Amino acid sequence: MGILASITVLLVCQLIGETIAKVLALPIPGPVIGMVLLFIGLLVRRGLPADLDKSASFLLSHLSLLFIPAGTGVVVHARLIAQEWLPISTALVVGTAITIAVTGLTMTFLLRRGKPAQ
Amino acid sequence: MTEIWTSLHDNPLTWLVLTLVVYQLAHGLWRRFHMNPLLNPVLLSIAGLSAILILGGIDYSRYFAGAHLVHFLLGPATVALAIPLYRQLGRIMRSAGALAAGLLAGSVAAIGASLAIGWLLGASRPTIMSLAPKSVTSPIAMGIAEQIGGIPSLTAVLVILTGIVGAVGGAWLLDLLRVKDERARGVAMGTASHGIGTARALQMGEVTGAFSGLAMGLNGVATALLTPIIVKWLFG
Repeated sequence: MGILASITVLLVCQLIGETIAKVLALPIPGPVIGMVLLFIGLLVRRGLPADLDKSASFLLSHLSLLFIPAGTGVVVHARLIAQEWLPISTALVVGTAITIAVTGLTMTFLLRRGKPAQ
Repeated sequence: MTEIWTSLHDNPLTWLVLTLVVYQLAHGLWRRFHMNPLLNPVLLSIAGLSAILILGGIDYSRYFAGAHLVHFLLGPATVALAIPLYRQLGRIMRSAGALAAGLLAGSVAAIGASLAIGWLLGASRPTIMSLAPKSVTSPIAMGIAEQIGGIPSLTAVLVILTGIVGAVGGAWLLDLLRVKDERARGVAMGTASHGIGTARALQMGEVTGAFSGLAMGLNGVATALLTPIIVKWLFG
């Protein structure tokens, strides 16, 4: 499988995912369904083609770049964010910290508890 | 001179190139300062590009016409998250129970904390509803915001800011709480900070990255199902 074929595979999974999401009116975005489809495909195939691995690693190594165009949309809402800066910034910082703490601690507790049983 | 500027301004390629150049400068700066999380490349790039757009009086829609190509790649990159997932399948199956519980607790905490903080500090109703789904990937978050009376385009921005907060402070907070297990760290990053948290988690290691990518996808689904219920319960 070449690089071009690998990129095509990724896009085909996305396209099928988007079509499923639309036709079935699912609240899940097409690319997430596409991720599930590719995952099932790899399970069925029982192996990861080297070129697919290479293309995916390239895309994922620059994942943060891909959020920048949407994030720059902050300029459109600059005034509203300035007006309500206190609740917004508190919800962003404290809300995210609470989420990370609750998730991380719950999982740590359960992983530790599960260990001796294994 | 004005002619050159007009030509550049009207050419979408300018804004694509600018996005790539600014990101690489930010990335270079971040690496030079030993990957200090405060110099997060996404944060620096968005700040730099926003300053350029505001100072230059450039419409966001003009900018996005060019930068759209980069934005488009989010789709195939999301699909590509299946690969670290596939490689970590064994580890994921072995911790499925803890993963599901951690994820569910985190999902409820994210929605509840956003609604409560927004309400307590007197945010307007549309802002509160735009904050509620901010921990999940933008297409899901925007759909939820629309459903519960938020502003979808504001949610898109809040989602990215949430991602940056998690990417900047997540590892530090997890260290502070002595959450050392790579699986727990990954699920925490992905649940709280979706793709930007996952980008950061991938830098922390492949196990962390795979768990983060999985948590991001699952929390998208959980938040889509839970937010309308929690909003109805709290706000009637």
